[in-house]
Amino acid sequence: IYLFTYFFFLLLYIAFMLFIVFDNAGQFFSSGHTNNWAVLVCTSRFWFNYRHVANTLSVYRSVKRLGIPDSHIVLMLADDMACNHRNPKPATVFSHKNMELNVYGDDVEVDYRGYEVTVENFLRVLTGRLPPSTPRSKRLLSDDRSNILIYLTGHGGNGFLKFQDSEEISNVELADAFEQMWQKRRYNELLFIIDTCQGASMYERFYSPNLMALASSQVGEDSLSHQPDLAIGVHLMDRYTFYLLEFLEDIHPASKTNMNDLFKVCPKSQCVSTPGHRTDLFLRDPGSVLITDFFGSVRKVEITMETINLTDPINPVNGELQIRKYSYVDQLPVSEIIHQKPKQKDWHPPDGFILGLWTLILLVFFKLYGMKHLKHIF
Amino acid sequence: PSLYLGSISFIIGLSSPGNPKDDFQEELVIRPLHSGDIYASFQFRTVWETDFMRGNKVSHYRLFPKSLGQVISKFSVRELHISFTQGYWRTMQWGQPFQPSPPGAELWVWFQDSVTDVDGTWKELTNVLSGIFCASLNFIDSTNTVQPSASFKPLGIGNETDHRFLRYATLPREIVCTENLTPWKKLLPCGSKAGLAVLLKSEKLFHSSFHSQAVHIRPVCQDWQCKTTSWELRQTLNVVFDLHNSAQGKREWSLFKMFSRTLTEACPLASSSKIYIDITDNPQGEQFEVSPATPLLSQAVVLGDRRTFSVYDLTQQITFGTVRSLNLLIRWKSSEGDMLRPLLHAERYVAGYGLQTGEIHTLMYNNHPYRSFPVLLLDSVPWYLRLYIHTLTVTSKGKDNKPSYIHYQPSKDRLRPHLLEMLVQLPPNSVTEVTVQFERALLKWTEYTPDPNHGFYVGSSVISSLVPSIVAMDTNSTRERPLFSSFFPCKEESSYFVRVYTEPLLVNLPTPDFSMPYNVICLTCTVVAVGYGSLYNLLTRSFQIEEPSPGLAKRIANIIRKMRGVPPL
Repeated sequence: IYLFTYFFFLLLYIAFMLFIVFDNAGQFFSSGHTNNWAVLVCTSRFWFNYRHVANTLSVYRSVKRLGIPDSHIVLMLADDMACNHRNPKPATVFSHKNMELNVYGDDVEVDYRGYEVTVENFLRVLTGRLPPSTPRSKRLLSDDRSNILIYLTGHGGNGFLKFQDSEEISNVELADAFEQMWQKRRYNELLFIIDTCQGASMYERFYSPNLMALASSQVGEDSLSHQPDLAIGVHLMDRYTFYLLEFLEDIHPASKTNMNDLFKVCPKSQCVSTPGHRTDLFLRDPGSVLITDFFGSVRKVEITMETINLTDPINPVNGELQIRKYSYVDQLPVSEIIHQKPKQKDWHPPDGFILGLWTLILLVFFKLYGMKHLKHIF
Repeated sequence: PSLYLGSISFIIGLSSPGNPKDDFQEELVIRPLHSGDIYASFQFRTVWETDFMRGNKVSHYRLFPKSLGQVISKFSVRELHISFTQGYWRTMQWGQPFQPSPPGAELWVWFQDSVTDVDGTWKELTNVLSGIFCASLNFIDSTNTVQPSASFKPLGIGNETDHRFLRYATLPREIVCTENLTPWKKLLPCGSKAGLAVLLKSEKLFHSSFHSQAVHIRPVCQDWQCKTTSWELRQTLNVVFDLHNSAQGKREWSLFKMFSRTLTEACPLASSSKIYIDITDNPQGEQFEVSPATPLLSQAVVLGDRRTFSVYDLTQQITFGTVRSLNLLIRWKSSEGDMLRPLLHAERYVAGYGLQTGEIHTLMYNNHPYRSFPVLLLDSVPWYLRLYIHTLTVTSKGKDNKPSYIHYQPSKDRLRPHLLEMLVQLPPNSVTEVTVQFERALLKWTEYTPDPNHGFYVGSSVISSLVPSIVAMDTNSTRERPLFSSFFPCKEESSYFVRVYTEPLLVNLPTPDFSMPYNVICLTCTVVAVGYGSLYNLLTRSFQIEEPSPGLAKRIANIIRKMRGVPPL
């Protein structure tokens, strides 16, 4: 009996130790991502949609403040509000009335602006199918260990989001784009936030794993704007993003707030619409997901004691000295220009139409006058 | 401390023999204008004695920005000029700018002789530059690129000029904002942390009448013998502050009022850091007063005129005085005196009515009393304005003025724009008018922008000319000269080269009603429903007589009669 109890306690002890070890390992691998990306899109054009640009810029500002660098942020603004001629304070975009907070700032890099913000470009950025000459700042170079934050704002409806007043993206297209990203292993976890009217319809069709979505209003509800500024003359922010910005201003890179607090942002009393969220496709429990997993940036630093040999700088070879002397070119050489020979265009063989026309003329001529004239020519 | 840093960097430069020398200079020129506005021009120049074109890759970048160096070597660029401008330069009120630029974005590039596919390289170059400067330069394609045949000769040194290697494009719609200024500032060696770049705050710079920032890369002579070349990068920023917007109507300007900053030190990596204030119109100090006073004076010949400048040398600690900060103050005392009229300026406008035809008028003014000079006019019109070149007329003083050189390349729909280059001799004290009629094309419905009712832009015309100068220009290019006077190379003493840009045009094309498909569907469905429905009813409806149901009393009576066996009522 003693042996039995002894073995029992031994098993219990081993199980307990294993549990601790696994829990620690679980915590170490809980986040699972090594880099963070953000794609922030404002889809509205025209001055009266100032608030959508202010929405996107306030999320941009929070994301930059919490550590994601500009090289990992793809910012798409469909119109320019800061240097718009109707802006009474140029180079500023305010989020609070009485011009309290300038979310545009002094250090902003917009990757897609103006007419470049189209559905096609947005989907190409997400799926990575860009033309080869696209610069790096316009690409989403994520891998399978990236956590991506996607924020969309603008005017929307039941199942679609309007881009620049001329085209729409539907929720089916968006869900398929995310599935393509999953198939190509372009994300580890993805947080999708949308602030439009009837925003919840946009995440209804998602079917890829590891997606969490938040929207500012349910189907059939409108997202409302917050407050106008009488000096600027337009509404400055949307309600949901305004309270989201207030919530994010309290977050710092080391804070431990989790997603459940994010779901509570902007209750119906403040927002008038009912914000919604969707977590069924997400593998982890939202309570264990930190806000900084998506809004902040992870920099895993590895300290190494190895030495690395640096190669010597390449010494430029002094080639043979050019004997001829260089000089500046004459900016307006009048005599040279007047006597410039016209550029010889490359000779092309005559076009089919011309050939046919000449053949017809010759045929008619010889039919009319008989073949005996041929010998005069040849 | 800056002196120590400077000497240490000098020693480091000496000790590594394989390292090519590079040099950085910065300057700011402030010119008060007669209307009360003030014109400030920044120039940052980095010269580097290296060769990007040789086989060996350049790997050690110091003052020259690496992103631009890689662009030069990868795309075999001989010269690159890119400018972003907001606003239009008013020549009649402000005089000539030091570096002219058209509204919007302008890019012109000379490629090296070794490039085989110039168009492909040009397309890749525009994409890369759009990433570097955060601008939508990727909209530059064959529909707005032209290959001028006589304008835009290289500003750097070189012996051959084959215009097959030149490409020019403008985007008149491009906006300039902080997102373009941020990467521009990051190209400077000191960034925006020290030196003159500290003054570049976007909130003040964009609240102005005119703002232009540009990057110019070209090869220059290393020394007077000019046997080897070094690469020069010039970053220029021109801004004109408005009297009523920025100074609240008071004719008193200071660095703090213009830029909301004062200067505390020069950039430690700069070999020279100077501020020039133009006091030519103020020889005895009767028009305006500059404080703090400085004993340094300098004279330079720029834009055909000998101007006098007060110089503030920021590398000397004494400039900053006891407060260790420099806030220049310019206070106007009297507002008399008028400006020297600029010798050449131009205007352009669209005439006509309706949405089918129109006429482009370009006016060039020669304000010299007795000299005439030649002018090269470059016009690049998009394909959707079909020009009728047989209606082209050039008249001066009412008489026909035949140009001595015309180069015209017609447009191809959706492929190429029109290119018109003419060399016109402007008679003295006259207005020359160039008119050409055009017809507006119908675009396909997918080619309209999301806001088509704004209109479509036509890029500025470029007028390049050698204007006779009042004083002898300095043709010795290697003497130490302030940066603003050495931008355009000078070959002869009696004239100087100037480039004037006209306004861009905004034309309305016939725009369809984009709500039309929805309206048509509604209307058609209504018509079909009403028409077909009525026809169907007429054909298939038949009428039956039905007796009205009898009242309650009659019904009871009928029941009783039925029970009695008697026929009903």
